[in-house]
Amino acid sequence: MTKTGEKLFIKGNEAISRGAIAAGLKCYFGYPITPQNDIPEYMSAALPAAGGEFVQAESEVAAANMLIGAAACGVRSMTSSSSPGISLKQEAISYLAGSELPTVIVNMNRGGPGLGDIGPSQGDYFQSVKGGGHGDYRTLVLAPGTCQEAYDLVIQAFDLAFKYRNPVMILGDAILGQMKEPVITWTPEEKDENEGHGWRIVGAKNRPGRILKSLHLSEGALAKHNLMLKNKYEDMASFTQKEEYQTEDADLIIVAYGSIGRIVKSTIKKLRNEGHKVGLFRPITLYPFPSDDLKKLAEQGKKFLTIEHNLGQMVEDVRLSIRTIADSEFFGFYPGNLPTPDDFEEPILKALGGK
Amino acid sequence: MSEQEKLVFDRADALVDVPTHYCPGCQHGVAQRLAGELLTEMGLTENTLLVTSIGCSVFLYNYLNVDSVEAPHGRAPAVATGVKRARSDKFVLSYQGDGDLASIGMAEIMHCANRGENVSIIFVNNTVYGMTGGQMAPTTLVGQKTTTSPAGRNASKEGLPIRMSEIIGQLGGTAYSARVAVNNVKNIRKAKKAMKKAFEVQQKELGFGFIEVLATCPTNWRMDALKANERIENELIPYFPLGVHKDVTAEVED
Ligand SMILES: Cc1ncc(C[n+]2csc(CCOP(=O)(O)OP(=O)(O)O)c2C)c(N)n1
Ligand code: SF4
Ligand SMILES: [Mg+2]
Repeated sequence: MTKTGEKLFIKGNEAISRGAIAAGLKCYFGYPITPQNDIPEYMSAALPAAGGEFVQAESEVAAANMLIGAAACGVRSMTSSSSPGISLKQEAISYLAGSELPTVIVNMNRGGPGLGDIGPSQGDYFQSVKGGGHGDYRTLVLAPGTCQEAYDLVIQAFDLAFKYRNPVMILGDAILGQMKEPVITWTPEEKDENEGHGWRIVGAKNRPGRILKSLHLSEGALAKHNLMLKNKYEDMASFTQKEEYQTEDADLIIVAYGSIGRIVKSTIKKLRNEGHKVGLFRPITLYPFPSDDLKKLAEQGKKFLTIEHNLGQMVEDVRLSIRTIADSEFFGFYPGNLPTPDDFEEPILKALGGK
Repeated sequence: MSEQEKLVFDRADALVDVPTHYCPGCQHGVAQRLAGELLTEMGLTENTLLVTSIGCSVFLYNYLNVDSVEAPHGRAPAVATGVKRARSDKFVLSYQGDGDLASIGMAEIMHCANRGENVSIIFVNNTVYGMTGGQMAPTTLVGQKTTTSPAGRNASKEGLPIRMSEIIGQLGGTAYSARVAVNNVKNIRKAKKAMKKAFEVQQKELGFGFIEVLATCPTNWRMDALKANERIENELIPYFPLGVHKDVTAEVED
């Protein structure tokens, strides 16, 4: 088991696995798909050793539905997959949100649409941030940019899931999953053994049976349920995280998340050395989106360029955040290619030049 | 209580005292009553975690006084797996229809049984999709008219009805698999005994417990309750023979 304060040189996939176990994971349900296979492989040995349950499900559909069962019992549960597998999980994620069940879902985004490729991509921004399955619901979405951040955020993800009784998604990609970096491990304080007390199913002793469900057929019941969910999502909006790098005196703000945010940071470092006033805004929570912080930058008269590893998804949220004050240009690096810091120099210089 | 007022029928405490929404003559009511009686008699009520499915039995959580969680259509065996892995100390019961279990949920039921999950599943086979208005199910008999097989099920295009308890009986993780009917008192008694076995194998951690209940759907069969009950004997039982398809406890005793 992971000890607190160890310095390890590990892949993002392993960092996520270790973070989850440190957070008190009890049940993991997985299915093979590249580029996240290290997670089920790691879990199959480490989780039982830590007293938990590992199941290789018959499909992503089954794995996500196993989550419903484990989450209903109030234990810490997780699944991981990559894009096509996440598509298959969406029905269950909608049920999890509708039934207010806390769980963690990891998506190591690969190229699409369809079978796409097994390389990195940010093509799943929409299916992660905008609900993804049917009905009005949201999942909290955390997008780590480094292996250390992946370790830290997965621990936080479990706390958020239980705080809001809502599924939380970790959105990484093939770069984050596969790259090795030093990670300093830590273990959160002993978690409350009574987590979920008051709503989890444990057996109806001296009280009527409890029902965890998403069906609301009686007159007005679903509307009431939806209003309650809406209020919860608004409450969740108070929790946003972002990284700002050299934004203070910047004329141009690059908005980029996850691995791309991190690669763009290298480009920005180089351009700063050459005297260009450019900064990075990296959303860490994709839902809720750190709109207020972006708006503050827009109010200072800054220009924006959103860079994504897709054809333009997060840029819609950037534009919504700064609407009526400013606009954002967009540069899409197409999935199927592996980006390097050099790839972003030209579009950034162009955006700076068009001042 | 006087000699004359002897109590001959009492509601088991696992059964909530509310009217059900089932149509007259529907045998979902009988299947769920047997389950409730057994939970009570076996002292399992307080320890039971119920997984409900999508079909006419969707409100089962309102009728059994146990903690429950709703599964998406067909996925109850996966949800039950998650529940049991999280709480291996609990009695995990699920209840599914034939469209739910033998069509959309085929993968989940096969693998749940094959893994030998220590859960018990009641499978109510009424040869139609009851809740959605009587469409053809994988269990619809050849020639049977439904809203999506108006000329009757055609074996050459739609295949033959699936016999689930035989298939489940073939899987390594299954501890008990049987098919029963609830069309007369004798069969109801047998059904309860078989259901008890499907519960007991879970308690003894012997593996997966499966019980298929042949049941009427008078509404979608377009029959009155009596005719529907006769159809169980005359048409269903000949194709879906009653009996035990696997019982690991019997093998042990031999
Ligand atoms: C994904 C999905 N597809 C379809 C449905 C619609 N649906 C609800 S119940 C049902 C069939 C139920 O039939 P069965 O399992 O035989 O149960 P019965 O009502 O006959 O007891 C269907 C298709 C659904 N709820 N979800
Ligand atoms: S439609 Fe059929 S299965 Fe559904 S309640 Fe009525 S009789 Fe029972
Ligand atoms: Mg049916």
